[in-house]
Amino acid sequence: MIGSPDVVAFTKEEEFGEAYTDPCLLPEEFSVPLLTANTNPWTKTSYAKFSKDFILISEFSEQVGPQPLLTIPDDPKVCGTFDLNYFSLRIMSVDYQASFVGHPPGSSYPKLNFVEDSKVVLGDSKEGAFAYVHHLTLYDLEARGFVRPFCMAYISADERKIMQQFQELSSGFSKASECLKTGNRKAFANELEKKLKDLEYTRSVLHKETELQKMNNGCYSSQAIEKANELANVEKSIYEHKDLLRQITSYPNRKGRNPDKVQCEPDKPCNTNMFDNTLTSNHSETEESLDGDDRNQQSSYVPQLIKAKSAKCFDKRLKTLEELCETNFFHQTMDQLHLIEKSFRGDLCYIYTSQIDRALLSKQKITSFLFEEDKDWEEEATLKHLCDAAKTDIFPPPTLNISGEPASLETYKTCVEAIHIKTEAESSGTGPQESSTSDLTQETSEEAADLETKGSFSSDKSIEAIGNMSPANPQPLYPDDSMREAGSEECTGSAAAVSEDKGAVSSTSAFYEGPSVQPHVDNTRLKTLSMLGHDSDVNSMDVFETGNLVQLDTACCMGQEGFIYEEPMPEPLQEGSSDMVVKQEPQSLLQRDPSLQVDYALGEPLLTESPVTGLSPPEINANSLSEDMARVNVEDTSDTTSYMSTSTSSDRAPSPFGFGSPITVKQKKKAGHSALRFIRQYPFAQQAIFCLLSGRTLVILGADEGTVRKLVNALSIFVPNLGKYGEIVQPWLSTSFQLTDLLRWKLIGLQRVASPTGSNMLYSLNRYSRYIGILDCDNKTLRCPQYKGTLINHMADHRTQIKRGSTYFLHIQSMLTHLAAKAFLYTFCHHLHLPMEGDDEASLASRRTNFLLHLGYSEEESKIVHFLSELIKQNYIQGPSKGVSQSIFSFKYTTSYLYKI
Amino acid sequence: MLRWILGAREAQGNVEKSPVLFIGEEQPKNAFTELQVLKGHFDIVRFLVQIDDFRFASAGDDGLILVWNVDTGERLLELRSRSQQITAMMAYTFIRGGGDPHTSLITASSDRSLSLWDPDTGNRVHTVSDLQSSVKCLLALEYLDVWLSGGNELCVWNKDFQLQCKTEHYSDAGITAMVELPKSCIAAAKDREIVIFKIISTDLDMTVVTVRYLADHQDSIHALIRVNEELFASGSHVGELILWDSADWTIRAYEHILWEERPADGQAEIRMSMQKQSEMSIQHLTSDGELVVVAVGSGLYVYHVMRRSVVAYRKHAHDSDILQTMLLDDGQLMSCSEDGSVRIWELQDLPLPAEPASSGFFGIWSFGRSSKPTGPPAKKVLDVPNLRTLELIGDLIGHSGAVQMFLNFPFKGLLTCSTDHLIILWRDGERQSQLRSLALFQKLDENQGL
Repeated sequence: MIGSPDVVAFTKEEEFGEAYTDPCLLPEEFSVPLLTANTNPWTKTSYAKFSKDFILISEFSEQVGPQPLLTIPDDPKVCGTFDLNYFSLRIMSVDYQASFVGHPPGSSYPKLNFVEDSKVVLGDSKEGAFAYVHHLTLYDLEARGFVRPFCMAYISADERKIMQQFQELSSGFSKASECLKTGNRKAFANELEKKLKDLEYTRSVLHKETELQKMNNGCYSSQAIEKANELANVEKSIYEHKDLLRQITSYPNRKGRNPDKVQCEPDKPCNTNMFDNTLTSNHSETEESLDGDDRNQQSSYVPQLIKAKSAKCFDKRLKTLEELCETNFFHQTMDQLHLIEKSFRGDLCYIYTSQIDRALLSKQKITSFLFEEDKDWEEEATLKHLCDAAKTDIFPPPTLNISGEPASLETYKTCVEAIHIKTEAESSGTGPQESSTSDLTQETSEEAADLETKGSFSSDKSIEAIGNMSPANPQPLYPDDSMREAGSEECTGSAAAVSEDKGAVSSTSAFYEGPSVQPHVDNTRLKTLSMLGHDSDVNSMDVFETGNLVQLDTACCMGQEGFIYEEPMPEPLQEGSSDMVVKQEPQSLLQRDPSLQVDYALGEPLLTESPVTGLSPPEINANSLSEDMARVNVEDTSDTTSYMSTSTSSDRAPSPFGFGSPITVKQKKKAGHSALRFIRQYPFAQQAIFCLLSGRTLVILGADEGTVRKLVNALSIFVPNLGKYGEIVQPWLSTSFQLTDLLRWKLIGLQRVASPTGSNMLYSLNRYSRYIGILDCDNKTLRCPQYKGTLINHMADHRTQIKRGSTYFLHIQSMLTHLAAKAFLYTFCHHLHLPMEGDDEASLASRRTNFLLHLGYSEEESKIVHFLSELIKQNYIQGPSKGVSQSIFSFKYTTSYLYKI
Repeated sequence: MLRWILGAREAQGNVEKSPVLFIGEEQPKNAFTELQVLKGHFDIVRFLVQIDDFRFASAGDDGLILVWNVDTGERLLELRSRSQQITAMMAYTFIRGGGDPHTSLITASSDRSLSLWDPDTGNRVHTVSDLQSSVKCLLALEYLDVWLSGGNELCVWNKDFQLQCKTEHYSDAGITAMVELPKSCIAAAKDREIVIFKIISTDLDMTVVTVRYLADHQDSIHALIRVNEELFASGSHVGELILWDSADWTIRAYEHILWEERPADGQAEIRMSMQKQSEMSIQHLTSDGELVVVAVGSGLYVYHVMRRSVVAYRKHAHDSDILQTMLLDDGQLMSCSEDGSVRIWELQDLPLPAEPASSGFFGIWSFGRSSKPTGPPAKKVLDVPNLRTLELIGDLIGHSGAVQMFLNFPFKGLLTCSTDHLIILWRDGERQSQLRSLALFQKLDENQGL
């Protein structure tokens, strides 16, 4: 029945990054594969029995043999008719390693083997399925030989995808596996302790009984001998279990032989403090109310008498995967697997291109801050998240005195926890130069975990959460020791970061006790998030809002489906301002009339979307194409309608660019849609865009919050150096603004108020009118300097043929990148800025002008290049960490004009 | 309703609001195209004092004294006093033990104390409290190696903060300003009179004697400055400008600035003088030895010392009272005002002296509603053929409260402090851009390429 699997040999592809031979040729990775006549390039999975890639977790159960446990995504439609049982059998039948557990020769006690995971690529040509298979073993006291073999498999119909992404898959699954195993070791140790208690208890009971027997029947009665034998067995068992416990707890010592790490721990007074505090708080009775805590269970654990004969192997219920690992770790692993599933979704060429894209972008640090979004926040976050998870469970160094005395068990346990916490604190202090930004991003992924685990959290968990949220060592955990060492060297973190964390812990509970409905851990996070991520002047409301936004964001990430360009978004208001778009001529009557509005809104997306579907990028396979189409249309319409309802009820629209949540490409693409509407509707869009690109703050004035927010959203894609969280955009401001606000924000949505405060606001608008452009979206006017150039004409042509927001966004992005490249060139040309022999200022200035003219930029565009160049300079000189551009405010004295529709 | 700010072109929109001429947004001669806001104070910032080439100190009503770096806008030190408002501040340079000059800061606060600060370390080196009155003005006399504090009495201190001598206590009014005169004399403005003191220094001790009272002003004196070696000038609340001889303390010139001085329009004059006294109050005087700039109410008045005549003036230079003026090297002058703006003026020759049309404006002008550049009064034109105009070439708008004071660092920037608790550093954007380029290439060299 079990056929020998056709193991596909893995050969490593040569590293990319080799010099391209012919500059005219497309690089190989971009080249389009030649098509054979009768194949549709997008229907790779058509002959497979599943519709898209998925992750399968299987177990080789000692009771029933190989069995599938779960799939990610957990949707029966994904697997279709694919036989999971059969495939589990196949992947589990690859016995990857002789993991001997039991009584090795020469030793009288069972010995745990810490085996490395194995990674293989399997193919089943008949099923059309190829899989990356990651085998791992988890420990279970009740299992045969104490081990439970598991495997995680990434199953795809595309063999090349598995082969080419092997490294990435491997590192991703290794992280997941590491997380599982860490949790498992912890659970195993707990289990052993319980078992030991049982045994101790049994021993004492037996002892008493033996004494009794001796008293009653004499020393040599058969019953007494039986009891004595039983007692001896229990003694032996205790000894064995202690040895097992010692083995499992000495794990890091075997695995990562790193003297540094062991040494660095004791001489950190701050850390010691930290764990002292937490220790006491753990042992205090106040936190006992939380259930699900191992320690609490343990403290209230009543030892049971162990029967001499254990239950039959097949009678007992085996532990589930979740029970084998701690719940917390299990969910972290699931998150990681979901992330893997998400990041490898789609066609190979898309993944490959985006990888190259990312690699290239990372070399562009000098200018990428201008218009590129921080793409790697997501990966970085999960990386850290998992690193932390893995690190938190590094067990105590051998300096601990683990004698065989049963009395020391309690102390041992305490020590385990103490060191455990300590290592967390340790890891939380790593990488202090990793700025707070990454913390925030990490939060988002963690938030997802929290959303899933809706239950209450143990005190232990909350400590971990703190450890996790701090900037941590982003080094991935590689299986080999050398890498591990490299990683852990960075462990010597700063005490400051740790103490900061401590502060966060102490200050949180009081802070959020009342209004919050979320579990304590969330609060801690939110607070810390605000402490790390923002200036101290962020008020509490902001913090709270942050949390909500983060959750929303994660929710939408989780809901991401198939084609990346068209995900449904939970925030309906992000979709462009459908009520404002006028296809040809602005017709104010139409816009105001709600009944007309509905028709219009329903009709419009169909018009715009349908012709384009044929041009969709290759990811959509033939099966899901029509579905996607349908979804797009439904989505757009629902967007519009939901917008209308919101606007009538005047709800506060959730801002896509709020504090705390990083701006994603997705949001920007949504914004592209609004921007497209904007340039079609407003003939003076060019002037407004020029304002933003040349660094003049644009104020969008309006009475209706939804409209203003949408305009801000639309225009935000033109704001240079937008920041990871869009911090230089203020989407809605209802108070009058000050000069310092102008320094901070480049795009402001301002509420028009007809009251004394309103006149105050108008006064400030008037006063600072020389520094700003004012777009009045009620009267449809714009007051700003004139733009006479041609560049923005290409950017914001109101007769543009581009129909889709994402396409338009990419168009804008390419033009802005072009601009950024020119600005880079301009900034870094010596002869333009450094005077040469016999030079004066004037000739230098003329050289600059000529250079820009040569680049094709007139005086008007030069202003943009100048501004971008200044941003590049400041960013380069002072480093990206500081918000430099905000501290210095440059402006020009130029006359403003009033533009009307 | 709100259309006017957006609807109207700026010129019309603003003329309605202010009687002052409006320059518009096109200011090619205004080089200040970059600003940096320096935050740190919690109350009105009243004093800015230069310490050396790159440092300055600011102080105000919150009692904080902050030391800043003008190149970076960075706050270097925070000198904390007892949180009483600072009433006077002076940079004081003296020779220390080592022989090299050292600059310290002397501050006086309203809790009647004086302090000497070391701006390098932030330490309070000396402090004297429980004075009889709070000090309004400070003056250093280098040749005597002493410094003076003026309040309700005049005190003479040496560099070790030891009181050398002092005058009697004037209970009615305190000394508001002091200037140094030749022959160890000091002129001090005390309400309506100028008191001349003489410091007699012997080897053993020092005494200060009152030499003379000059009581020629009709009202209290707001400004007292040294013009040059021979002259000093004082200005009073009712618009009297008196130039005094430094040696014999006689009046060398007397100008009574009355904006409404027009025999043809007596009615208007009465109305104006009844309406607002401060319109002709001399708030501030500044001089480069040749010209004296007088801030009269919200107007500016440039007086030529040698010719004893008005060179140029502008009646409505600002929306409200001018608090400080400054003469720049290139014939420009700057003024800051309670209206929150700083204006930059240029002395320009009239295209045609005594333009006949100018008198035609008088009718309108007398009501103060015209925004046109004002021509000189006819009689002055006849007297002074060299009359020039003050042409507005730029304004700096940033503060939301009255601009109390400014401080100019040539080639580095202009500092303004205000009642809105902010200090703004205005800089030449071109120059800064150039400097940043240099820094960029320097860092590029350090990093050895990109």
